[in-house]
Amino acid sequence: MANELGLTVKPVSGITPEDEARVSAWIDTPEYREKNFARQALVINPAHGCQPLGAELCAHGFEGTLPFTHGSQGCASYYRSTLNRHFREPAPAVSDAMTEDGAVFGGQNNLHEGLENAIALYHPKMVAVFTSCMPEVIGDDLSAFIKNARQKGFLPRELPVPYANTPSFNGSHVTGYDAMLLSILQTLTEGKKIEGRCTGKLNVIPGFDANTANYREYKRILDAFGIPFTMLADISESFDSPNDGNYRLYPGGTPLVEAADAVNGKATLTLAPYATLKTFPWIKENFSGAHASLPMPMGIARTDALLLKLSELFDRPVPDVLKAERGRAVDAMTDAQQYMHGKKFAVYGDADLILGYVAFLLEMGATPHHVLCSKGSKKIEKDVQALLDASPYGKGAHIWMNRDLWHLRSLLMTDPVDGLLGDTHGKFAARDAKIPLFRFGFPVFDRVNRHRSPIVGYTGAVNMLTEICNKFLDLVDETCDERHFEMMR
Amino acid sequence: MSDAAKKVDGITRESTQKMIDEALEAYPEKGRKKRAPHLAPNDPEAAASCVKSNRKTVPGVMSARGCAYAGAKGVVWGPIRDMVHVSHGPVGCGWYSWGTRRNLMTGKNGVSQFGMQFTSDFQEKDIVYGGDKKLAVLLKEAKELFPLAKGISVLSECPVGLIGDDINAVAKKMTKELDIPVIPCNCEGFRGVSQSLGHHISNDTIRDYIIETREFVEPETPYDIALIGDYNIGGDVWSAKDLLAEIGLNVKATWTGDGEMERIAATHRVKLNLIHCYRSMNYMCRVMEEKYGIPWVEFNFFGPTNIKKSLRMIAERFDDRIKDNVEKVIAKYDPIMQKVVDEYRPRLEGKKVMLYVGGLRPRHTVGAYEDLGMVVVGAGYEFAHGDDYERTMPEMPEATVIYDDASEHELEHFVKELQPDLVGSGIKEKYLFQKMGLPFRQMHSWDYSGPYHAYQGFPVFARDIDMAVNSPTWKLVKSPF
Repeated sequence: MANELGLTVKPVSGITPEDEARVSAWIDTPEYREKNFARQALVINPAHGCQPLGAELCAHGFEGTLPFTHGSQGCASYYRSTLNRHFREPAPAVSDAMTEDGAVFGGQNNLHEGLENAIALYHPKMVAVFTSCMPEVIGDDLSAFIKNARQKGFLPRELPVPYANTPSFNGSHVTGYDAMLLSILQTLTEGKKIEGRCTGKLNVIPGFDANTANYREYKRILDAFGIPFTMLADISESFDSPNDGNYRLYPGGTPLVEAADAVNGKATLTLAPYATLKTFPWIKENFSGAHASLPMPMGIARTDALLLKLSELFDRPVPDVLKAERGRAVDAMTDAQQYMHGKKFAVYGDADLILGYVAFLLEMGATPHHVLCSKGSKKIEKDVQALLDASPYGKGAHIWMNRDLWHLRSLLMTDPVDGLLGDTHGKFAARDAKIPLFRFGFPVFDRVNRHRSPIVGYTGAVNMLTEICNKFLDLVDETCDERHFEMMR
Repeated sequence: MSDAAKKVDGITRESTQKMIDEALEAYPEKGRKKRAPHLAPNDPEAAASCVKSNRKTVPGVMSARGCAYAGAKGVVWGPIRDMVHVSHGPVGCGWYSWGTRRNLMTGKNGVSQFGMQFTSDFQEKDIVYGGDKKLAVLLKEAKELFPLAKGISVLSECPVGLIGDDINAVAKKMTKELDIPVIPCNCEGFRGVSQSLGHHISNDTIRDYIIETREFVEPETPYDIALIGDYNIGGDVWSAKDLLAEIGLNVKATWTGDGEMERIAATHRVKLNLIHCYRSMNYMCRVMEEKYGIPWVEFNFFGPTNIKKSLRMIAERFDDRIKDNVEKVIAKYDPIMQKVVDEYRPRLEGKKVMLYVGGLRPRHTVGAYEDLGMVVVGAGYEFAHGDDYERTMPEMPEATVIYDDASEHELEHFVKELQPDLVGSGIKEKYLFQKMGLPFRQMHSWDYSGPYHAYQGFPVFARDIDMAVNSPTWKLVKSPF
């Protein structure tokens, strides 16, 4: 029975220290980089997850909403644990636990039984259904399944059940976020548009953003303006809820009534164009009022653009408190610019994030030398290129679309930089390259409270530069010789 | 192993059954019928398991279970350090299981150990046209870029089995072409009911493709053993190996924590298999017993009482040299362990613990908690089988609640009723209970600590449990206003 591959029996040889040293040196070379970049099929250490993860994050952003994976239970456990580890918060979600027989009979029975149980146990105000691979491959018809569930009485008549097809063999977690958001908005706003009605509110979409403090920062800015708003997919309480001895299954999220009325908004603003590629065009066609798409407001200019847009949309002046805040942020940047100017960085992550990193770095006089997106596109590349072209500090920078973190490692070893901006998964490459990793992305499994410190707005710019500059200063203190160990830096 | 009929004040069969019935009330009829047999008061004397297990998860209940792929990649294959493990299918499965189990490895990442994420990153066209060709190409690329890898495992994700790819044929062909073993593992997540089938499939794959393909170069001795079912979480294998070496045994292979494919492949030459995690690897122990006549012993390295007992049990299998060594080692560590107990026990005496872990640890750690004066008032597993529950019931006090594949609803209810001082479970449960103001330790990952196994592990375990239970932060939960 053994040895089905017909292998010759060999002695245990192990890996010799010489071989290890030789290959260690080899993988740092330009020759290896060339081989590495010639890869056609193997993906090593990608920087993105699959669609349903984003769908789940989105679903958690709505009041009383239970995320529901139609598919294998293992998938649901992976999404949940990823969110648990990043936020250090609960991520209550269910699956309908499809197994082998689902491949034969389809997943309708699982979905119906799952809805019945989940509703009885967890009393959701909305169930947001999304798919993992199995039902996508076998071609389950969610629309029909859910209609049947209502007819057969597994679903209360009034309970909204938006659903999104989120195949993992397409796009990334960002795509899944978009698909779920679109479905939730379509479901909640159906028939709610009232001619002539205006909520007077701004609908804000932060996108796939796993930094709860960013949501709070947007709210603070809008409050400073006195602009009433509805944040669509508001995860700030869901993933940063107080510990007062009471576990709340649904601690926050956008109120469903408000989300439904968003269709009558005064204006709708997406701050994550790449996370709303499908949702925003639909909004433009269906939501009342003005529509605007701005890049994620990282750095001064992008935050300025946000404030100017808010000012324009609501015909209000930029409040003094935010003007002062801008001044303080710029002051912090001029004070600290010498610690970042001319430094080279590599950045990777989701499109909306890397564009923000690049904008911020250029403002500091730093060079985003390698810009990498493991789920890239021509459009992302064009946007990054435009940013780089607009600054003298973008000259000579490289854009790497659809490359992974093993490619990045080769880049860091052969064309080095001073620092890396990304998420926890970059720590291996950063360690090998002996450069600091700044964990501004998602997920962060190995540091505390990153998601409690905003990286958007003027505050975000100060936070980022503080973290980056102080790390460089720590490194100087830790590594300089005795003669150069000084009081002042 | 247990004293006859341990008891806990206030817990009776009636009180536990009442608590279970209350938890079941919330279910619709069908769900209640399915869940009821998985929950029961413990009967330490019973011959058969008091709960049903290894059944399909009830849809919609919020189970903590993973899938066959998780059992194959995360548990059995992933820790084998000298192989490239390809997550074959879409990007997610491999991404979520990348570095999230804490099976530590010796060697240099990307050079001599491969704790990374390798994936075929299936796209729509791979689903439509099949992924076999892509697989053949990526295997070549892996061999070229990672020349020191001793083999490559191909771990199928759901779509691979559904679209009818033949990874076994590709593996066979590429094994010849690349001159390293390419091991196909049909562990699609939809197979079976939990991680457990993934363990079994992986064991079978090791049986079919790996074992007997290597021979140790050093001469055989009567003290050659393999350490089975230790995954080196937080360094457990290293601690266990040190102790086994200290009593004079040669640990020839570790399955699979910090494991090497080559040594696993030569395990048919050992004299005894020592198995820690029975659930995930009893299959291979049985195979090696039947095929090569290698006996196996289940042992337990959690807490000084169990360690001592296990060492003596292991010594029984060897000559006086080992027996003497064991007594010497016990004499050496007894006072050290006593110091640990003396330090922590006064702060932990009488504290109640509830456990919900994978397939082994609830029963295996009962003794370690008891060494610290604590009492386990509830235990259950995500993916255990009847034989696991049979091994659990004698360890647990009379009438305490036993739960199989518990839903979050059930766990929350039991915890509210029993008011334990500590809950030990997984990441998905952790923050729920911490929000309730309850101390919690992750018992899959050792909550980023460890090792917990053997004599090096117990002081860490004791410190961590004390830290969790007695952290002053819990006292801040209730605000004065």
